[in-house]
Amino acid sequence: MHVLCCGGTGCHASASAQIIENFKQILAEKGLQDEVQVVQTGCFGFCEKGPIVKIMPDNTFYTQVKPEDVEKIVNEHIIKGRKVTDLLYMDPENQEHVSDSKHMGFYRKQLRIALRNCGFVNPENIDECIARGGYEGLGKCLTEMTPQQVIDEVTKSGLRGRGGAGFPTGVKWGLCAKNKCDEMYVICNADEGDPGAFMDRSIMEGDPHSIVEAMAICGYAIGATHGLVYIRAEYPLAIHRLQVAIAQAREYGLLGNDIMGTGFNFDIELRYGAGAFVCGEETALIHSMEGKRGEPTFKPPFPAVAGYMMKPSNVNNVETFANVPIIITKGADWFQTIGSEKSKGTKVFALAGQINNVGLIEVPMGTTLRDIIYEIGGGIKGGRQFKAVQTGGPSGGCLTTKHLDTQIDYDSLVAAGSMMGSGGMVVMDETSCMVAIAKFYLEFTCEESCGKCSPCRIGNKRMLEILDKITDGRGTMEDLQELRNLAAVIKDAALCGLGQTSPNPVLSTLDNFWDEYVEHVVDKKCRAGVCKKLMRYEIDKDKCIGCGKCAKNCPAEAISKTNYIAEGHKLPSMEIDPTKCIKCGACISGCKFNAISVK
Amino acid sequence: MAKVKSLAELKAMREKLQNTIDTRERGDNPEALVQVKVAMATCGIAAGAKQVMEHMMEKADELKLAIVFTQTGCMGYCHAEPTIEVKMPGKDPVVFGHVDNNRADEILTKYVMNNEMVEGIIPVNYETIG
Repeated sequence: MHVLCCGGTGCHASASAQIIENFKQILAEKGLQDEVQVVQTGCFGFCEKGPIVKIMPDNTFYTQVKPEDVEKIVNEHIIKGRKVTDLLYMDPENQEHVSDSKHMGFYRKQLRIALRNCGFVNPENIDECIARGGYEGLGKCLTEMTPQQVIDEVTKSGLRGRGGAGFPTGVKWGLCAKNKCDEMYVICNADEGDPGAFMDRSIMEGDPHSIVEAMAICGYAIGATHGLVYIRAEYPLAIHRLQVAIAQAREYGLLGNDIMGTGFNFDIELRYGAGAFVCGEETALIHSMEGKRGEPTFKPPFPAVAGYMMKPSNVNNVETFANVPIIITKGADWFQTIGSEKSKGTKVFALAGQINNVGLIEVPMGTTLRDIIYEIGGGIKGGRQFKAVQTGGPSGGCLTTKHLDTQIDYDSLVAAGSMMGSGGMVVMDETSCMVAIAKFYLEFTCEESCGKCSPCRIGNKRMLEILDKITDGRGTMEDLQELRNLAAVIKDAALCGLGQTSPNPVLSTLDNFWDEYVEHVVDKKCRAGVCKKLMRYEIDKDKCIGCGKCAKNCPAEAISKTNYIAEGHKLPSMEIDPTKCIKCGACISGCKFNAISVK
Repeated sequence: MAKVKSLAELKAMREKLQNTIDTRERGDNPEALVQVKVAMATCGIAAGAKQVMEHMMEKADELKLAIVFTQTGCMGYCHAEPTIEVKMPGKDPVVFGHVDNNRADEILTKYVMNNEMVEGIIPVNYETIG
């Protein structure tokens, strides 16, 4: 028998260590220490109900256990085999106690649909994929459904583009299918470029067959026989696994001519991108595949009319495709039951930043930010205060505490001034400076702007210069207004999605963290201590014993002796010349007397 | 490999493959077969998953343990890479995080050989549709 105690940060804070100690002690008193082993585990992702204790092998799940409850659990459950009812999880819907964690699936915050096979199957073995139902969706389409029925099913499911913009996938397929032509293309956009997002790579590395299958389904639906995956060359393992998957599918007759004896032909080729962010935009992506410069062009014509080689093409993101086979096998009605009113299904997020459980998560649409950060993510690192969460990468924005209870879906995120994006989610605490964050994303867009249209090329550069000015302590209140003016013009006038959304990080931080901008501009202060030029290092003359270690450490020779000798000290204290100081912090890390501080 | 000629054939194949995998998991000889899955996406490999897998395979040979090792994709536990999942016959799979060579040895000698739990199990906190 095993007693598993949650050792995640949340449970740890609420006495899980004491619970473990009590278990060990009481079990030893009863002479059961050899029969029952007590172990500490990682986070259960259910911190609100912590501390959690799970008894194996009967999967009993106790919530909000207090150290004094341990004796009862040992006496009742472990010795007499009777579950301690009042500590069991209570189903909020029917107020019943649930004893067996296997039947508690509904409370779990995460549901894996797109990631269903990641971490389960060997991605380089098609047999394991077939054993989990792989290619059945394709088989069902080819033998039981007409192309129009496939499109209708996907439309009905409510699946929307997971690349970030959220266009209804079935509608997109339908538009393309209308332009019947002897040569049409299914394109998979695997040019994942948002800083911090890696869900597409994980899907291709963990379940490449789902992409192969979905592309064939799409090909059947729109009438295409060629599939192209545009993938960045910096994803070598994903490329390798896709190549293996394509080769195996061909060998099994699941790609190629006359698939499953139905007369349907489809094959897939890989195209490599050099890793330019703008090539995630569908027209730029298509030009890059044609061997031209990766620059966007004006829409219309949409790719559905004139795409790759001017032929009708349908472009979908990796995660979008990963959802398709299961929608076909389980049906649109099933998919519709998951998610929020206007956004169906789940979304994968790469949860990163100042959070305890950094990870790749998949949650139903409509889950709140609070659940993601405090339950699945296990809260903020080091018990610090939550400040903001950035979603949508360089096209998105920063949300703050007032948005914690926002139910995440495409529309609510846009309403809150951010966007879904491909699914990067960076959590920030009080040690992050929001002006610096806005600057970071703008630097990224400036670097990745293709330079074709002037609002994006010049406008973003001007905005970046203003942000530089502000973080250097030279900003004025007029600059803040100028940022808004420029942002409005860029949003309206830029050619493609990259430019149109590039001011979002600045706008959302201006909206949600106005005080912080004003502080930078008026008080010349950065409360997070990130903007170096706004920092001042000072030595407390009364604490300094004059040892001179800081002066020795200082690479800029900015520290010298004063004439002041504090009471009880023998040597004169030191002082920092702010005009010479380069704010490297070498003095602070060397001072044993805590005499130096940053102001 | 003969080509799959129809949906019915694919379904038959699925059943057969499921059975093979089931037998591989349960087996006629339950003590003999333990399954270890190593999360090997780029990030897992970068965190050392490959070395750990190689080390475990050698160690398992040394200890004369019959273990089937497979690579798999991302399990999602970035905070605890490298991660491995150990499935003992007839039991639920258990995921271990932060597995370096020492922990790998500990898992083999304690959990696999003696059914003793090892600290730092990662509870599976998601549901998957099958």
